[in-house]
Amino acid sequence: MNPPVANPYFFYGLAAVMIIGGILVITRKNPVHSAMALITALLAQAGLYLMLYAPFVAGVQIILYAGGIMVLFLFVIMLIAIERNMKERQFNKQWLVGIIAAGALGGLFIAVYTTTTQGRVLFPEGRVSYVESDNTQRVASLLFDLHGGTYMFAFEIASLLLLVAIIGAVVMAKKRI
Amino acid sequence: MHDFVQYVTSYLGSDKTPGAAGNIFWATVYVLLVFVGLSVAVIAMNWLERKILAHMQIRLGPMRVGPHGLLQPIADALKLLLKEDIIPEGADKVVFRVAPFIVDLAAFTVFVVVPFGPTHAITDMNIGILFMLGVSSLSVLGIVTAGWASNSHYPLIGALRSSAQMVSYEVAMGLAVVSAIMMTSLGGNGTLSMIGIVQAQQAQHEWFVFKFFPLGLVAFAMFAIAMVAETNRAPFDLPEAESELTAGFHTEYSGFRWSLFFLAEYSAMIAVSSIAVTLWLGGWLRPFPNWLSGSTWDMAFSFIPGLSFLFLGAICFYNTARMPKHPLFRIQTIGLAGFGVVLALIGLVLFYGPVRLWVSDIFWFSAKVSVFMYLYIWYRGTFPRYRFDQLMKVGWKVLLPTGLALLILTAIVGMRTELVAQVREVLR
Amino acid sequence: MFDISTLHYLVLGAALFLLGVIGVLTRRNVVIVLMSIELILNAVNLNLVAFSRYWQGIHGASALHGQVFAIFVITDAAAEAAVALGILIAFFRNKETVNVDEVNLLKW
Repeated sequence: MNPPVANPYFFYGLAAVMIIGGILVITRKNPVHSAMALITALLAQAGLYLMLYAPFVAGVQIILYAGGIMVLFLFVIMLIAIERNMKERQFNKQWLVGIIAAGALGGLFIAVYTTTTQGRVLFPEGRVSYVESDNTQRVASLLFDLHGGTYMFAFEIASLLLLVAIIGAVVMAKKRI
Repeated sequence: MHDFVQYVTSYLGSDKTPGAAGNIFWATVYVLLVFVGLSVAVIAMNWLERKILAHMQIRLGPMRVGPHGLLQPIADALKLLLKEDIIPEGADKVVFRVAPFIVDLAAFTVFVVVPFGPTHAITDMNIGILFMLGVSSLSVLGIVTAGWASNSHYPLIGALRSSAQMVSYEVAMGLAVVSAIMMTSLGGNGTLSMIGIVQAQQAQHEWFVFKFFPLGLVAFAMFAIAMVAETNRAPFDLPEAESELTAGFHTEYSGFRWSLFFLAEYSAMIAVSSIAVTLWLGGWLRPFPNWLSGSTWDMAFSFIPGLSFLFLGAICFYNTARMPKHPLFRIQTIGLAGFGVVLALIGLVLFYGPVRLWVSDIFWFSAKVSVFMYLYIWYRGTFPRYRFDQLMKVGWKVLLPTGLALLILTAIVGMRTELVAQVREVLR
Repeated sequence: MFDISTLHYLVLGAALFLLGVIGVLTRRNVVIVLMSIELILNAVNLNLVAFSRYWQGIHGASALHGQVFAIFVITDAAAEAAVALGILIAFFRNKETVNVDEVNLLKW
């Protein structure tokens, strides 16, 4: 089955939205503008997940990341006084070292992704098209099945982690009376 | 040209939604139809709200602009378009302009998966209900940024209160939804897709609101309360009440920008009502599938759309006869009679065979959503407003424990045979 | 160029990771550093889901381990964002600043 014709346009469009959103996040002076750029980048990421035939992860991304974590960020940005901070210097003193370090990391990535061992590239092609009509059911069977669920224990530990995070956040942010 | 015609006709008679069948032309047509239908519904809601609220308060409502105020929404729309566009002085211009569009985006995108019939949806995603809950939670972002960008006290407090309220009631909504989704898995495969949920109700021959009585009913009631709070409507409308906060987060928005918020609010109301109708009230299925079953009853019920439009036309004619016989009222009388004629003609068209079968799904779904819209207006005319701390108390201390208990009880009752077998095996 | 393969997604993930690393290393405002960390986590998630799709091509439609891992990473990111913002609020209450290089109470 051939992939739909518009596939590369969607990929490059969404990738461009993500990269531009990422650049806006790290360069804006106003944290609210950064937060909104991050929201667009997260929504574009959900689109990319849909292109990778992972609709459940896309749904979780929209609900949790764009609809939960970013709301939390926006609340906190409003609680702290940012006007004074927007007039100060935005980039710290070691910015050049930071960019050189990131550049070295980028060089490492390029070196890894372009290695060819004996003429073979790193990820040879397999054109598969699985319809995603039962993606949620398969993810659920990996998480919850009695005999085949490899991630049941991790799921329970994750719920414990969330409980710890809730208690920690409440304890740290509440008023000392 | 011939290829295009073949592309268009290849979808007709298919048993999948246009998105699932991959037909871009029909998907676009459905998108436009939903958009037009939603706009008409919002305009109708505007008129209905003012008239019904007025009649509940023993007064008449708008009567001047058209016959019985029927053209009042158009006059309102014209006024909003022609108003001066004021942006407050210290406001963040970019964010101030973008915020209404975020709320509108969230409110309109949910309609991609709303099922008006077994093939009458734009697409049928595998994660339908998850998508609807997630995208409707994006409207909180729009409200928070709108309040913050206005650079003024009332909008900021209104926005923070409104978003705190919406986030709290999303939890209750999610728990009610999960307990309904668990009921879909009783017939075999559980599913999150909206069309699959209604088909599960069809296969189990029972609407989920009546299942495991009273668990389905309590879940439905919980969702009905949470959805009113989620859309910031009375009695949970403290963040936008005029006597409290001078219109809350949309205080500084005037003219066309305010109408975007208004559009988003009514669209969100229709969207969450669609979720409630799909999950508990059987979506597009006709009432009484078991008690009045059989093909004669099916045919009798399929006449109801036409009959209801004829009834509406009859009401218009009755009111035309009651209009004052003054020459100044002549145009209004003719207008009302014309409107009645249009409604009666639509009713007659709906009696025609193939149209009747195709439209009955859409009609039953829309009728159930209209009942919810009437309930929204009824609540606004009846209940006093909740104070904000009472609101948060209800959300966290009443609805959340009820939701958790409901979830556990639904799971236990749904799996009772397996649980009993397991317990017996352990005790052996 | 026009056949989207796994490598395209990996390169995009690497680019996002680099943007996040630059944000963490060069910005002074704590909230923007936290948002850059979210960018890094998203880049990692993109890698995981891209590899899950590659694995599906080899091992069949049930090889969804990458997607489950991505769900856990998102859960983790939520917990971490909540705790980090709690720390930020507690610190802001004491010192009235949100710059990372002014968090130097232990400096001698």
